[in-house]
Amino acid sequence: MSSIISISGVTKTYATGFKALKEINLDIERGEIFALLGPNGAGKTTLISIVCGIVNRSSGSVTVDGHDISKDYRAARSLIGLVPQELTIDAFETVWATVNYSRGLFGKAPNKDFVEKVLRDLSLWDKKDAKAITLSGGMKRRLMIAKALSHEPRVLFLDEPTAGVDVELRQDMWAMVRRLREDGVTIILTTHYIEEAEAMADRVGVINRGEIILVEGKAELMRKLGRKQMTLELRAPLTAMPDGLSRYALELSSDGGQLTYTYDNQSDRPGVASLIRDLEAAGIQFRDLDTKNSTLEEIFVNLLRQEP
Amino acid sequence: MNLRAAMNLRAVWAIYRMEMARAFRTVLQSIISPVISTSLYFVVFGSAIGSRITEIDGISYGAFIVPGLTMLSLLTQSISNASFAIYFPKFVGSIYELLSAPVSYLEIIIAYVGGAATKSILLGLIILGTAALFVPLRIEHPFWMVAFLVLTAVTFSLFGFIIGIWAKTFEQLQLVPLLIVTPLTFLGGSFYSIHMLPGIWKTVTLFNPVVYLISGFRWSFYGKADVSVGVSLGMTLVFLAVCIAIVAWIFRTGYRLRN
Ligand SMILES: Nc1ncnc2c1ncn2[C@@H]1O[C@H](COP(=O)(O)OP(=O)(O)OP(=O)(O)O)[C@@H](O)[C@H]1O
Ligand SMILES: [Mg+2]
Repeated sequence: MSSIISISGVTKTYATGFKALKEINLDIERGEIFALLGPNGAGKTTLISIVCGIVNRSSGSVTVDGHDISKDYRAARSLIGLVPQELTIDAFETVWATVNYSRGLFGKAPNKDFVEKVLRDLSLWDKKDAKAITLSGGMKRRLMIAKALSHEPRVLFLDEPTAGVDVELRQDMWAMVRRLREDGVTIILTTHYIEEAEAMADRVGVINRGEIILVEGKAELMRKLGRKQMTLELRAPLTAMPDGLSRYALELSSDGGQLTYTYDNQSDRPGVASLIRDLEAAGIQFRDLDTKNSTLEEIFVNLLRQEP
Repeated sequence: MNLRAAMNLRAVWAIYRMEMARAFRTVLQSIISPVISTSLYFVVFGSAIGSRITEIDGISYGAFIVPGLTMLSLLTQSISNASFAIYFPKFVGSIYELLSAPVSYLEIIIAYVGGAATKSILLGLIILGTAALFVPLRIEHPFWMVAFLVLTAVTFSLFGFIIGIWAKTFEQLQLVPLLIVTPLTFLGGSFYSIHMLPGIWKTVTLFNPVVYLISGFRWSFYGKADVSVGVSLGMTLVFLAVCIAIVAWIFRTGYRLRN
């Protein structure tokens, strides 16, 4: 059994009658970093909340490491750490008290050394006696991560962990995520910063209007849906496109100095080599050449655009 | 199966300790202020006015009102402690952690209700100790005195817990204690014996559950009761059972917690 979380046929209709999740089937593999992408209101937080036991599902089933989240909720939940989207901490507790509280809540024996290590890793050690209310937003975010890590989870949910977090802290966070993954922790994160998913994730899932519309390995996704662009800087500007090149659907810049060729792995457009040969045959010379891969963000935007 | 394996006792302890820490942090609000306000009653009704009021059931008026006033604090503090304890994390959102933790509903209740009840029992004992400074106090049935104290604290903490889960706003949180509990307690025989009421009111007042609590509690002090002790005990247990049933239903359905 390689998947650590198995979600099958999960739906959620809120009390308002709003159908937030239509029918979710999703398997998260052991030890992977899985990025869940989707626009605002897509149902990311709802799905995470269901797996973590915060919201009741309307139908379907979820297992965590083989434990059903309802029948065997103790075993399932003790494996999970959650860093929610909103900053919600008891403002009057100290950092030290609240992190140790979390550990106790998850049934773990007190372990001061471990909690100290977690706080040090998150640069919170010198704030251990500070009340949560006196922390900055970024520190509060780290405190919530410390709470989630305090009970040594095997699965970590990060619901938009880097929203409103500065660059430095963001990089620290990703370093931490990588370290956790090396320790075998499975990580599921949602983010609006697609470059993060691109940099971090092994697999990407896209959710829109309560439906998972795609789950792919990041590399395959980039390969399948990613596009490449090649831009040629011409020696002499062109006034019109030569007939022999029409099958490439090239774009000519307004000053005639640049030709752009867009291609992907699925289209039947001919390759770069033949384009260069044909350019030569047409007597078009270029000074320079530049290629660029489309980003996950462009893929993502395209995907959502295709949705009805 | 041993208890440690069957229950997440560490979680119960963690919650309980957090709740007690909160009480000591806010000791002014949770202990000192109710003690002061209750002491004022003793001074005003016990010493100042009480000396002009004749004895009731052979008990000086100052001493007569002590059990009722203690009950009054016990009820209101149990409700406000427990309702606030669960409403606050709901309000700020930090309840997510409790809901995502491997704790059963029973453990949540034991911890929160235990914490709230401990606080109000401590408060009740402090008030009784304070009262002893002002009026002559005697306790004829200490076992039953403690039993009523604990039973009432637990029952009304449970009731407060229900209110805390039900409430969607701070107003609602105050509503039940203000509009229902305080009037029922004042009219529940804290300041008088129900035998002193005119005709029909004697019967009407029997629909007030607080009458039974106060009567039973007062009996444990002076051996005199408005209604029989067995009935008092029975009514308290019935109210406890009702609260347990409501809580069980809330947890089975996830009412206002997991929706
Ligand atoms: N308690 C609730 N009652 C009714 N509707 C809700 C509730 N919580 C969420 N919703 C709705 O369900 C949908 C999904 O919300 P959810 O929070 O899961 O989205 P999300 O993908 O996490 O969005 P975001 O990126 O903004 O965090 C939204 O349309 C939201 O309005
Ligand atoms: Mg969200």
